[in-house]
Amino acid sequence: MTASRPPGEPRHIAYLYLLPAFAVYAAFLLYPIGRAVQLSLYDWDGLSLGRWVGLDNYLAILSDEGLRAAFGHALVLIVFYAVGPLVIGLALAAILNHAKVRGLGFFRTVVFLPQVIAMVVVAVAWRRVYAPDGTLNTLLGALGLDSLTRGWLGEHAFALPAVGVVGTWFETGLVAVLLLAGMSRIPMELYEAARLDGAGAVREFFAVTLPSVRGEIAVALTLTVIAALRTFDLVYVTTRGGPGNATSVPSYEVYHRAFGLSQIGSAAAIGVTLTVVIFAISFGINRFADRGVA
Amino acid sequence: MISRGERVANYVILSVFAAFALFPIVTILSAALGPSDSGPTSGLGNLAAAWEIGRFGTYLRSSLLVSAFVVVVSVVLSVMSGYAFGTMRFRGQSALFYLFMLGIMMPSEAIAVPLYFDLRSLGLIDTFWAVSLPQVALSVAFGTFWMRAYFRASNRAIAEAARIDGASSWRILWQVLLPPARPAVVTLTLLVFMWTWNEFLIPLIMVTSESLRTAPLGLAFFQGQHTSGFTLLAAGSVIVATPVVIFYLFLQRHFVRGLLQGAVRD
Repeated sequence: MTASRPPGEPRHIAYLYLLPAFAVYAAFLLYPIGRAVQLSLYDWDGLSLGRWVGLDNYLAILSDEGLRAAFGHALVLIVFYAVGPLVIGLALAAILNHAKVRGLGFFRTVVFLPQVIAMVVVAVAWRRVYAPDGTLNTLLGALGLDSLTRGWLGEHAFALPAVGVVGTWFETGLVAVLLLAGMSRIPMELYEAARLDGAGAVREFFAVTLPSVRGEIAVALTLTVIAALRTFDLVYVTTRGGPGNATSVPSYEVYHRAFGLSQIGSAAAIGVTLTVVIFAISFGINRFADRGVA
Repeated sequence: MISRGERVANYVILSVFAAFALFPIVTILSAALGPSDSGPTSGLGNLAAAWEIGRFGTYLRSSLLVSAFVVVVSVVLSVMSGYAFGTMRFRGQSALFYLFMLGIMMPSEAIAVPLYFDLRSLGLIDTFWAVSLPQVALSVAFGTFWMRAYFRASNRAIAEAARIDGASSWRILWQVLLPPARPAVVTLTLLVFMWTWNEFLIPLIMVTSESLRTAPLGLAFFQGQHTSGFTLLAAGSVIVATPVVIFYLFLQRHFVRGLLQGAVRD
């Protein structure tokens, strides 16, 4: 028996250890996703007999204006959930890594806090911030910017960015802490070498820091992009997709079509599409990061 | 090395961001603990009023039962499956492992709709099982990944010595490998607890009766019904968020490590 081999357990017993977990997993996750694919090929209202429609529900995602809009909104949310936090997170992490600031522990506790608060609570809090008589307008009034005050979630042009800012708010801490962990592993010699070459702080950041945290950036993007695509609780509690359909997103459409409009086939097709998009994006991001390193 | 100006600028940037991070939290805390806009109460009295009027006692009880079940079952199942993947070799190992990994990224939206209709035809909708078991399935995917990573890195020599002494694989798992695995198990427990406590979509779809409503679901309903003021809603929010936040403040290391390392696939 070679050392690299796992302890020489009788191999078949492994299946017994896997069985309970796999049984629950298969019954409540694998089987339902298979059923989702099946349902997505039917026109079904949940009560009467379904009608086979082939790929029509998928084609509708491309042709139906409401559904196209929902996926478009998800793309906008990606900017707020992933790109914004990445840029801000890089700056924060670079500062925290570079300068020996006091209160690092407190800062980390605070910026990571949004990650552990239930999204429903986050949504209730931000609804209050954005309300016509809410704290954001009060703050703007105190700064003499009364002309900017408005009902942030009620106006067509502002509702989606307002929801997006909430995403920026709760993802930035996660991204910053993740990047900081990566940056703290960069050997000091790299910085010293760069400085000997006469690199300034900005050059140093782009030549040393950024390439070294490539892996962390990939992880951060994967997590935040998936979170953006899966936005549901936040929209459900703050806007219900409104005003009009200004903030409708794929996950909300799944729920709305299945339980509001009784279009189960369409809901299933959106869910399956969302799953495929999430897998493709996380696969793509990780591949991109791997290729960069090699 | 760092100029005074740069140092000041750094503190300004960090303070501005900390203020941004705290702004909504302070908004809700000050509303929850300030004078009430719908009654004579203030401070902790608001929490008591919300507890009474919003029936958060019932919701917290359901959340506690569901969370306890999901945490215990999924941690035990994950330890067992992680043990198999991390220390044994068998046919179909990688295929099965990738199958489990699908569940880590799977959006619950995609499975919740077919589950609802299948459980409805089985007469299981609006039961404890309909809320709990789908969440066990979602948690077991991550848990298997997490425990496998731990067992792969664990000390093989001790397990091998125990095996030569004639210990069964069952005894090796629970008496030899698991005691030193406590930090990994604690992290997993806390993460699953947090995910289950905060979950919204699955209870929203699976539950209709009030007695099964979990805390976030109860809060969302309370928001829909209670529109006359904000104090009680804020107080309810504080009640719902507090259990996880307390765990976070005391065991922060576990949360940060779990959420960061769990994301780094090997």
